[in-house]
Amino acid sequence: MKANKKRKKYSIGSIIWTIVQYASLIFFGLCALIPIVSCVITAFKTEEEYKATNVMTLPESWLNFDNFVKAFEEANMGRAFLNSLIVMVCVLFVSVIIGTQLAYVLNRFKFPGNSLIRNLFLFASLLPQVAMQVTVYNIMTNLGLVNSLHGYIIMMCGTDVISIYIFIQYMENIPLSLDEAAIIDGASYWTIYWKVMLPLLKPAIVTSCILKGVNVYNEYYAANLYLQDKSLHTISRCLYTFVGPMGSQYNLICAGVIISFLPALIIFILCQKQIYSGVAAGAVKG
Amino acid sequence: MEAKKESFNLIKWAKSRKGQKVLICLAFTAIPLLLLLVFTYIPFGEMVKFSFYKMKYSTPVEKRVFVGLKNYIDVFQREDCFGALKLSLFYMAGSLIQLALALYLATILSFKVKGGNFFKGLMFFPYLISGIAIGFIFKFFYTRGFVLDTILQWIGFELENLPYWLKDQSVNNWSLVATSVWRYFGQNMVLFIGAIMSVDAELYEAAELDGANKFQQFIHIILPSIRTIVTLNAILSITGALSAFEQPYVITNGANGTGTYFVVMNEIAHVSQKVGLACAMAIVLLLIIFACTILQKLFFKFVFRDADSEDESYAAKKAKRKAEKEAKKNMKKGVA
Repeated sequence: MKANKKRKKYSIGSIIWTIVQYASLIFFGLCALIPIVSCVITAFKTEEEYKATNVMTLPESWLNFDNFVKAFEEANMGRAFLNSLIVMVCVLFVSVIIGTQLAYVLNRFKFPGNSLIRNLFLFASLLPQVAMQVTVYNIMTNLGLVNSLHGYIIMMCGTDVISIYIFIQYMENIPLSLDEAAIIDGASYWTIYWKVMLPLLKPAIVTSCILKGVNVYNEYYAANLYLQDKSLHTISRCLYTFVGPMGSQYNLICAGVIISFLPALIIFILCQKQIYSGVAAGAVKG
Repeated sequence: MEAKKESFNLIKWAKSRKGQKVLICLAFTAIPLLLLLVFTYIPFGEMVKFSFYKMKYSTPVEKRVFVGLKNYIDVFQREDCFGALKLSLFYMAGSLIQLALALYLATILSFKVKGGNFFKGLMFFPYLISGIAIGFIFKFFYTRGFVLDTILQWIGFELENLPYWLKDQSVNNWSLVATSVWRYFGQNMVLFIGAIMSVDAELYEAAELDGANKFQQFIHIILPSIRTIVTLNAILSITGALSAFEQPYVITNGANGTGTYFVVMNEIAHVSQKVGLACAMAIVLLLIIFACTILQKLFFKFVFRDADSEDESYAAKKAKRKAEKEAKKNMKKGVA
């Protein structure tokens, strides 16, 4: 122990390193923060204040929530939150169910076409979504799924590849002996899936829900194409409302932007750990 | 029972292990495959087909004009189509900067720092904001005399000397790339931290005992442990850059020479409704992406083989060190 302590002398090098360390952290931390902070500052300003003062001047009152109220009402954000919630719950539920089922079959059974299915999904993951929307739009029109929440939900469920990979990978680490034991006990494959696999897959499900949840909540491109009707807007789609009539009323726009990412911020603060590990797990396959 | 022998057998078959297996395979793959077919492969097929036609979305099937390869020729000849791919270079450069930055910050944060978690969260959070919100934030950020200009004026720049960040063609693409870096570097950083953390902490202790400084620790411990993930991300950034879309789409909508390939394609498809040309553009880019992917696979085959052997020797080293430590402990005990 003594020898250990003696070695921990502070050399000039380590002092410089510490300074560099904190300086970089503070600098890049500020870089990450300033665009958001400027938005927060502006959101608390009144119309006159916004026009008269510099954007980085602090607002007179931090309790001026008028912009938030106005933005919330004008963009109909209450409805949009509800829609986003509906879409998220449905998409997450469906993609967890079909994702785990497919992963179970692909991982546990050898059947002709197994590797073909894997390759089909792998290939699909290479196709950029924006490019695909050129013709998916056509299909959606033909199926009559444009301008309906369920159409959008179905489409969002269909474009899921990454979570299947997470499930398969996680399942590879669940020992086969569990299945065998269940089979000896007379369990059907469905029971094995439902009673053995699904509970064990919980961490993978959390991971995939986080990844997928972030994507679904923030999805705006397809929402813009398929959810034209105002009552169908999701939260990111409803931010578009600010483009036209309120073109340069940034105090309102900023308020809208903040409202839109507030839920994400709260969830992020509450479950940082899961989000970090979810992101790390998902990106490896990316 | 006897009379319904046929159906009885069917039920019996369904109840047998083999039957169950077939049924569950069918039941569990049907929906995902159907969705995959409807939203990926049928559109893909249509895309190939449409790329040979001159048509709008609303054109009835019989009025679509077959034009052969004309759309493809157009893609290569029109300056606004293929030329837009040049912009990918900006995004490639940006993602390299982003990787370097992420790596640097991940290294810093993987050593003990006060408030490390706070900074990590701060830098990661932009990743969770939706693209459209980011569009607004940065339109505001870059507007003449607004946030960025104000900050630069604080530091001592004159407003007259500053460019219009989103209009001036010499900087506007960099402005957009910076936005993309801002949004994603935290996510890359978290990824790298995850990889670095998976290294046994004892290794650092051992290195410190041996008198290795932080730089040496970085080169010999951190870098080998995250080499694979860094390479993977570097390679992915090529395809990412080719399909760059979000930032120019939400911030400038492709104005003033910021229209990347996909922004142009989106415009052609959904605004000018030249669906055939847009499909041809999509196919051309897909082919390029496939070519890149195949090259990546080949490259990775090579690298992975390398990395595996590295890992082995790495694990061996770790084991050796552990053994040495153990031996030292035992010796000390023995002495005491």
